[in-house]
Amino acid sequence: MNIDAIRNGIVIDHIKAGDGMRIYNFLNLGALDCSVALIKNASSTKAGKKDIIKVDRVPDIDLNALGFIDPNITINIIRDSVRVEKYHPELPMKMTNILICKNPRCITTTEQELPHVFVLTDREKHEYRCVYCESRAPAL
Amino acid sequence: MKSLISIMDLDERDINALMDTADDIVARPGAYAHKMAGKKLASLFFEPSTRTRLSFEAAMYELGGNVIGFSEAQSSSAAKGESVADTVKTVSCYADIIAMRHPKEGAPLVASQSATVPVINAGDGGHNHPTQTLADLFTIRREKGRVSGLTVGVCGDLKFGRTVHSLLEALSRYEGNRFVMVSPEELKVPSYVKQHLKNNHVPYTQTTDLSQALPELDVLYMTRVQKERFFNEADYIRLKDSYVLTPQKLEGAKGDLIIMHPLPRVNEISVAIDQDPRACYFKQVLNGKYMRMALILMMLEGEK
Repeated sequence: MNIDAIRNGIVIDHIKAGDGMRIYNFLNLGALDCSVALIKNASSTKAGKKDIIKVDRVPDIDLNALGFIDPNITINIIRDSVRVEKYHPELPMKMTNILICKNPRCITTTEQELPHVFVLTDREKHEYRCVYCESRAPAL
Repeated sequence: MKSLISIMDLDERDINALMDTADDIVARPGAYAHKMAGKKLASLFFEPSTRTRLSFEAAMYELGGNVIGFSEAQSSSAAKGESVADTVKTVSCYADIIAMRHPKEGAPLVASQSATVPVINAGDGGHNHPTQTLADLFTIRREKGRVSGLTVGVCGDLKFGRTVHSLLEALSRYEGNRFVMVSPEELKVPSYVKQHLKNNHVPYTQTTDLSQALPELDVLYMTRVQKERFFNEADYIRLKDSYVLTPQKLEGAKGDLIIMHPLPRVNEISVAIDQDPRACYFKQVLNGKYMRMALILMMLEGEK
């Protein structure tokens, strides 16, 4: 399979096989007008299979939020066709307007312009809670 | 202190200082009668309340201050769709401190982010109610002389009862306390509360049998078992009387036990127990007023 090399953008590698579309949707990549490739079930020496996403632009989003979905993925930043940075996203301490609180009793359900803020409360369990009502974050 | 949203906003030293002030208010009420002269408390109650609203208002009046506010959302601009943030920005222009009760969880936190005066959470749905916990701690100290080295039983709805969770968290900061949690299987303490106790090395046991647990207790904190919490009515009917405190059940209890309840009570403590010197639930109401007086003083004067 031939996919154009990226000049300036990102490659999200080592995505757990089957999770690629979740990350594609989470980053709202469908709305971009640049080249975007989602490769499913690529062969992986470590995991057997993996998904990969290539985007020919650096999206304007905190990519560390991807750590909430899968902390094992690798983010590669490409500039002028050269990889300039490679890292695993860390679990962000705080996520604003990335998750929506599902608790019907939470103040966010009635204060329309209030940002939805979740903070990391248990790093081992990857647990986030709403700063207002302390409800556990919904899965993405 | 800017605002009080959760009991976790106060450390052990703050709580002890508040209890010391409250003790002094009990001993010398005249010395505090004009401390808040010229100050106004805005009592913003977006849902009905008997005890808490009147307690805050009485506390401010007994400090020589004044009270403005509303006792239901329908008599405020919230009925027209005004946001909490806008309401408290407006109220900040009129009052020196705000006590807020709201049915939505997190509303007082939102208020504290927009208000230019301190905000006290007077209850946000089933979430936080820090001044109830202050009243509970003060009652334990007044009656037992300490808030450490106690065997504390909590009984009833331990799953949804936020009052109980806050009390357990607060008491777990003091040395030597242990907890006996008495509830039906369906209403046991949530795992995150137990984890908090484990993390702080606080011993606890769980049981479904109140009578068996009673003899070892120094403090018994009762809560209501609500019918709507059960999946089926048969379970409720089977269990409801197990968690009703009667004079017969109290026969095996210590002579210096104290019996507490956040109120309102329905039938979980027999009225016959009201005459028992161990019954402290109406003292809790009075102690709540003293602690709210101490809190208002601390927040407006920095007094400890």
